[in-house]
Amino acid sequence: MTKPNMSLKKNPMPSQEPQVRAHNFNEVATGYTEETALDEALRCLSCKNMPCVSGCPVNIHIPEFIAKIKEGDFEGAYRVISKTSSLPAVCGRVCPQETQCESKCVRGIKGEPVGIGRLERFVADWHNAHSGEVPETAPSNGHRVAVVGSGPSGLTCAGDLAKKGYKVTVFEALHTAGGVLVYGIPEFRLPKAIVQKEVDTLSAMGVDVETNIVIGKTLTIDELFEQGYEAVFVGSGAGLPNFMGIPGESYKGVYSANEFLTRSNLMKAYESDPVTPIMKGGRVAVVGGGNVAMDAARTALRLGAEKVYIVYRRSLEELPARREEVEHAMEEGIEFKLLNNPIEILGYQNPDDRRDPKNGFVTGMKCIRMELGEPDEKGRRRPVPVPGSEFTLDVDTVVIAIGTSPNPLIKSTTKGLEVNRKGGIVVEEATGATSREGVYAGGDAVTGAATVISAMGAGKAAAAAIDEYIKGKEA
Amino acid sequence: MYRIVQKKILNPTVTLMEIEAPLVAKKAEPGQFIILRVDETGERIPLTIADFDREKGTVTIIFQIVGGTTERLNHKEAGDFIQDFVGPLGVATHTEGLKKVCIVGGGVGCAIALPIAKKLHQQGCAVTSVIGFRSKDLLILEDEFRAASDKLYVMTDDGSYGRHGNVCVPLEEMFAEGETFDQVITIGPLIMMKFVVAAVKPTGIPCVVSMNPIMIDGTGMCGGCRLTLNRDGEKITKFACVDGPDFNGYEVDFDEAMSRGAMYRDFERHAHEEACNLFHKEVK
Repeated sequence: MTKPNMSLKKNPMPSQEPQVRAHNFNEVATGYTEETALDEALRCLSCKNMPCVSGCPVNIHIPEFIAKIKEGDFEGAYRVISKTSSLPAVCGRVCPQETQCESKCVRGIKGEPVGIGRLERFVADWHNAHSGEVPETAPSNGHRVAVVGSGPSGLTCAGDLAKKGYKVTVFEALHTAGGVLVYGIPEFRLPKAIVQKEVDTLSAMGVDVETNIVIGKTLTIDELFEQGYEAVFVGSGAGLPNFMGIPGESYKGVYSANEFLTRSNLMKAYESDPVTPIMKGGRVAVVGGGNVAMDAARTALRLGAEKVYIVYRRSLEELPARREEVEHAMEEGIEFKLLNNPIEILGYQNPDDRRDPKNGFVTGMKCIRMELGEPDEKGRRRPVPVPGSEFTLDVDTVVIAIGTSPNPLIKSTTKGLEVNRKGGIVVEEATGATSREGVYAGGDAVTGAATVISAMGAGKAAAAAIDEYIKGKEA
Repeated sequence: MYRIVQKKILNPTVTLMEIEAPLVAKKAEPGQFIILRVDETGERIPLTIADFDREKGTVTIIFQIVGGTTERLNHKEAGDFIQDFVGPLGVATHTEGLKKVCIVGGGVGCAIALPIAKKLHQQGCAVTSVIGFRSKDLLILEDEFRAASDKLYVMTDDGSYGRHGNVCVPLEEMFAEGETFDQVITIGPLIMMKFVVAAVKPTGIPCVVSMNPIMIDGTGMCGGCRLTLNRDGEKITKFACVDGPDFNGYEVDFDEAMSRGAMYRDFERHAHEEACNLFHKEVK
């Protein structure tokens, strides 16, 4: 065995320079080379009790795959990862490893943890570039399962069930599979070709993906059971965007983050001659502090905005986005207007000409400064407005990224499916079981907007529960 | 891929297409819509369902050529395929319990009004239809409306066919004569619906309007199709794709809807010209 690498620092991720990447949609981080991956792998101490694994929602056998990298067996490393994860190239890019596996790494006690996410990405990319090997699946067991939605929870659930020998059909409402991975997360963070590759792998494992079918409209869950599916997993994702309820939100130039990102990502409005329009250039304010807000702000910048603001009502400390995304956004020149809250969006109205084509377009956003007051019940200090501190931000596009409410289509057409006050599907946490027999759910449809990996964890748990449920019926 | 079974030119700017889409046909109801993409790089556009045949497994759409996508769609012929066709989306028009209804359609909106008139007529409801067009050469579906209505008024803005004037003229006459309905359902350009609502308002008759705002996904995800309702002095945001497309006409903020609908007007005009030029080049 080679000697461990005791450097206190991770091998840095090679990235495009901020001033360059701010003007293109190519991936920001370009990935480890074989040499760097090997060097980083040698930082892993192969702890016997594997604390990192407990931090992974899909329980990837982390020290085991890193050991394969050390041996130079990259395909072997991929096989280890793909035993438990259906989307390695995706997770290696978008997982918040700093709060998951890497937060448990022993090397992190004194220095930086092992770059587990970077290594996972390296392995997945190496596999995609060098091998067409499809993960092993058990022989068909003849049972059929339907998966609603082809986002991270649905794809994970489908992949796990396919490996166990189930015949799985994934129903997708949009024209492309991938859910939030294609309509939400931008190209520069997760290239669409990578998502497609993961979907292709599932297809090669025997999973059918049916696009253009809206469950709850084209087909109901009851009809899926009538068609012979023995269990259904609902991973229909986030729903309608929330707005702030302030005046001016209907002016032209006000987008929900979902709309703004869907136009750019799914409909390719970022291309030079798009068929789906989007407001490009100008001055943009993005309201919110999550990962979606960072994605929207950085997309706006790449679309050619001359100035992009993030407007968030709390302080930097409370920003819910991943630190890395915040740092990237700052490096690229996005200005953070922290402790500021929008109170009105202003629009152009020509008093002399009702037909003036400029009428109704955004001209600015009125904000008020905030300060942090007493902590709320969650212990977060509540932001309170500073009287008389109103000011106007000079912008022509406003993107609202303050979360979503679950999609109403499935609950309104599925009898006996219990939802909570907010509209999220009620499930038993460990299994994803809903109030309807044979119906399981996970991801944003249950929790409201959360992370890709937590959705994958839910898809995985549900796949295990569905397997148990169907086998239990047989016995 | 979805096959075009039949194509019919209804007038120089309006085309009918019957599309093979059995799953959509099985569920479709009057008032609902579909979303289509013409080809792999196309945009998603919503079109309201004009007719459906559950046995044949087909759905009929009638569209006006206004932008790049509808221009591209219009260049497809029977036997060709379109890339994506998803639905039925939105809430169907409520017809239960209605005994006497006035349907007011304008322009290509008549294509959407027709299946509602048919359904009401079939369930024994007395149907008065008022259909309006700019001029005679833009007239569509007259015979079909005649068959589905107890009384039919055909109006043209320039008087080149039927009666001279807009759709509000016969409405106001009927109301002046004391005529009443359980409901007025109107579908057409926003400005027309706004005036119909204003004409009906003094009578207090419920007035339903069918909204067709800009949409992307159409499944309740993007929020682009939002509109504002004024209900009891409060402003409420609704989404046409999942809450509509039908709304209480008295509540809809039409001025805002018109403004939002024009957001990409320049872009669309440009896209339409581009598409036309492209086809001209191909022809050459």
